[in-house]
Amino acid sequence: MSGALVLIQSCTVDMIRIKCPYCGERDHSEFTYGGDASIKYPALDAPESEWTKAIFFRENIRGMQKETWHHTNGCRLWLEVERSTITHEIKSVKACHPQIEKITKSKS
Amino acid sequence: MTSVRKEKYGKINRGKVLGFTWDNKEYFGYEGDSLASALLANNINIVGRSFKYHRPRGVMSCGVEESGALVTIGSGSKIDPNVRATTQELYSGLNAKGQNAFPSVNFDFGGVNNYLGRFFAAGFYYKTFMGLPPFEWGKGTGIWMVFEKIIRKAAGMGKASREPDPDSYEHANDFCDVLVVGSGPAGIAAAQEVANKNLDVILIEQDSLLGGNSLSKKEFDATLLHNELKSSGVRVMSRTTAFGVYDNTVVGALERVTDHLPNPDVKLPRQRFWTIRAKHIILASGALERHVAFNNNDVPGAMTVNASRQYLNRYGVLTGNNIVISTNNDSVYQTAVELHEAGSKVTILDSRENINHDLPKEINLHLNTLPFNINGRKKIDGIDVCKTKDLSKKNTIICDQVLISGGWSPIVNLISHRGIKPVWNQENLCFTPGDIKENISVVGSAKGIWNERDCVESGLIGANEAMNTLGIHKKEISFPSAGGWSNPIEPLFEVKSNKFPSKSFVDFQHDVTAEDVRLAHREGFISVEHLKRYTTLGMANDQGKMGNIIGLSLMAEQLDKTIPEVGTTVFRPPYTPVPIGALTGRNVGKHFRPLRVTPMHQWNIDHGAKMIEVGLYQRPWYYPKKNETLSDSYIRETTIVRKTVGICDVTSLGKIAIQGPDATEFVNRIYTNLFAKLPIGKARYGIMLRDDGIVMDDGTSWRLGENEYFMTTSTAAAAKVMSWLEELLQTRWTDLKVNVTSVSEQWAGAAIAGPKSRDVLNECVLDPSEITKENLPFMGILQTKLKDDTPCRIVRISFSGELAYEMYIESDYAHGMMDILWQSAQKYDGCLYGLEALGALRVEKGHVTAAELDGRVTIDDAGLGKMASTKKSYIGSAMRKRGVLIADDREMLVGFFPINEKETFNAGTIVCEKNNIQGSGIGRITSVTHSPELGHWIGIGFVKGGLEKWKEITLVGADPVRNKQMEIKVVSPHMIDPEGKRMYA
Repeated sequence: MSGALVLIQSCTVDMIRIKCPYCGERDHSEFTYGGDASIKYPALDAPESEWTKAIFFRENIRGMQKETWHHTNGCRLWLEVERSTITHEIKSVKACHPQIEKITKSKS
Repeated sequence: MTSVRKEKYGKINRGKVLGFTWDNKEYFGYEGDSLASALLANNINIVGRSFKYHRPRGVMSCGVEESGALVTIGSGSKIDPNVRATTQELYSGLNAKGQNAFPSVNFDFGGVNNYLGRFFAAGFYYKTFMGLPPFEWGKGTGIWMVFEKIIRKAAGMGKASREPDPDSYEHANDFCDVLVVGSGPAGIAAAQEVANKNLDVILIEQDSLLGGNSLSKKEFDATLLHNELKSSGVRVMSRTTAFGVYDNTVVGALERVTDHLPNPDVKLPRQRFWTIRAKHIILASGALERHVAFNNNDVPGAMTVNASRQYLNRYGVLTGNNIVISTNNDSVYQTAVELHEAGSKVTILDSRENINHDLPKEINLHLNTLPFNINGRKKIDGIDVCKTKDLSKKNTIICDQVLISGGWSPIVNLISHRGIKPVWNQENLCFTPGDIKENISVVGSAKGIWNERDCVESGLIGANEAMNTLGIHKKEISFPSAGGWSNPIEPLFEVKSNKFPSKSFVDFQHDVTAEDVRLAHREGFISVEHLKRYTTLGMANDQGKMGNIIGLSLMAEQLDKTIPEVGTTVFRPPYTPVPIGALTGRNVGKHFRPLRVTPMHQWNIDHGAKMIEVGLYQRPWYYPKKNETLSDSYIRETTIVRKTVGICDVTSLGKIAIQGPDATEFVNRIYTNLFAKLPIGKARYGIMLRDDGIVMDDGTSWRLGENEYFMTTSTAAAAKVMSWLEELLQTRWTDLKVNVTSVSEQWAGAAIAGPKSRDVLNECVLDPSEITKENLPFMGILQTKLKDDTPCRIVRISFSGELAYEMYIESDYAHGMMDILWQSAQKYDGCLYGLEALGALRVEKGHVTAAELDGRVTIDDAGLGKMASTKKSYIGSAMRKRGVLIADDREMLVGFFPINEKETFNAGTIVCEKNNIQGSGIGRITSVTHSPELGHWIGIGFVKGGLEKWKEITLVGADPVRNKQMEIKVVSPHMIDPEGKRMYA
């Protein structure tokens, strides 16, 4: 993490709150935004055209969007978050890894 | 205006006299005074000079919307400009000065600007770009440059200190069930109701006293209220402003901890920046009284009506002797009666035709009457009034104060922060909050409810809404409707003057007049957002609290539209100014950013290292002997490493433990080169690509066991690579049974490089013949023990190009490892070397680092194409062959020599063809050093087409930043020992 990033994070009011299935509800500054969670990445040996589609062609969603967040300064789980790009409302949060998701779900 | 302190009025503590200075003269006030009330009590009426025209200004309000009494407090490094005297509590020894004036606010040379008003109309600044008419002389930046300097001097507000801020600030966090903003009748009702249900409630109030507008009532006890709230369990935060409302019901608040204290405890922060996370927010932020635009409506003595009531009942200051009140609504009548009772002569001008109010007969009421022009410059001599139907016929009323009420504007700022557009309420001529879908309630006059009983009622309903959110109960929510005056308000935004240039101020702080708004319209700025920026209306530090609605109404009139059609500008945080210091909090000086030190940090310093910050790490830069400069030192260190041996702290490299039955498969997928057949006990240098085929990072992975690897990454990419591996395992390859753990902090590392490194190592380990060419070949690893019996890991690996090793040990034993290594190295005339020498050694070998792998470079560009396996698929393998990444004119890694061996060059130099020195050239130099072995400067970098294309051709290194140019030639990046004889020795 660069120094500048640390500074920016510490100066602004934390806005979004994300309910990490392992740690509980935390400020978004503990997390790092990943990307589009709806992408199905092709197999490693898939042709370039499929990879191009997965990497460069993105929906620009106005509304609920599935995205990944990394709980970088927490449990380090990668989370799948359903967030409204209009209101920042968060509809659901779950661990990306199905096995971990099962464990966290049974815990709560 | 003659303002005087009245006996028996006010909630000030007359038992405690406070001395303060205003413009270097001493005055007295009482405990409980604001600076503004104390100035008024001393009959000081001119307290500021306006922004552009330097017009004298007095106290115009009683709160955060103040536009006249902006003063500078303190001196030296503690100077605080643009303080609203109306919200500054008086303390003993307070030192305040008028600002934007020379020599003083009372007599200001800048006042001449008032007569040059035509030049300073809206957009004047922008128009200077167009040059002087009629020939547009100086068009462009010419004239503008001249005016820019003059404007900068003449316009503006107080001056900030150039010295570092001596105060400290804090960040603080809190949580609660319900957060109530504002302690007027609605806020109090809400807070108490919720607290009675045993919920955790925080009440925020910007003032020092609770009560909101109740403070302007004659009979009101703020202390009693405070105690009541506390006993019902409400956590009260006074002197705290909720300046912004954010997602997920988070509120940003600024607490002024010591701004009201004469000699604050040095351990206390000046202010606290709060982040409060609530489950439900109740906004009871109140409303502000508007003024009316008419000629000279800014003469000292012009004030909002409610402010005058507040000065009388809260501070015991009667602000005028002979008062004219101008209104279009009912809110002023109680004030009129109270001012009359306090001994002033009161005249009311009401713009409406029929109203029904019982008034003492001594109060003159003129219906259908408008204020037209205030007479006087530094003080009010009288007011010209006219009838609504006939503006030409004027009548002068002698007075010393004009109180104005153009209606009330609910403070919708905070709810607007949530992107909720305010809705125009035509009946009450104000914006009220729009439809809210979040867990936020707006109550009281912030909702446009004027009558106190309904305000309390709305507070209780807001509390119910909060309890709905918290699941305490489920109740139907129905708020009382806006309004509550017995006689309806009628529009009165501006009384147009036929005088030109008229000075009917809309925005006092930025000296924006009604004429400026019309000028902006004539010049085509018809959107409110453009109007705002062109005229700067609402852009001063009050952010249009007083003037915005008037500006909108004027624009609506010009456009022949209604106010809701024109719309309003977007309110953004902060509601009132927040000092940069508070935003920064403790993140200043050493705490500006985190500092990382390696476990042998102290050891390095004790051995003479000069340190440098890399990323966040403190790393040894060079180890000077006696008077050596950086240059002397690194050249010596580099030479010794090539000749005998050197030791260097490399702990900052990222280290990741990779474990699990699928570890090999995992490592094989992320690196471009083959790892599947890496034997246990061997390491391999590897390159990782991103999905899009660009190089992400390089490093080594050591196979410690069947299912266990130890990965090192570059210092710069350590955190990124760790997150990346976790992402792959948790989101894409969820079937792989692999665990990754960052062990960067657990292992300390040192490089031992140079022809004598093997001898040095053998002296350090328990078994002195363990390190042989056969036992530890190139890229071999060994888990063994140092001679003091501590376990360590050794890999034979070389960044310097010499016979070299890296040794890792558990961090706690780092000092011991360094002692042992250093003791041994000294016997071979070795040295300690720092980052500068490390850089020189690797540049000589053409080894890349983050300076080269900058996110634009492919594996082929870096000359490492042979490390890309064709026998397997890996991350980036599909994409690295796409067209643009394999084009012929890609910039490829090369080395650079100066043609003249005495020349030097810098990283960042642009490589150009000799006859075409421009633009971004054909390449760039990314890393440079003096090469002791070659005896001149060398560099590595990139050039289009690579070495083959430019071999033997003289190119030019252009360095426009340093105003330098030199002839250079392109060489192989492997400048020393290209066959690697030394490395494999």
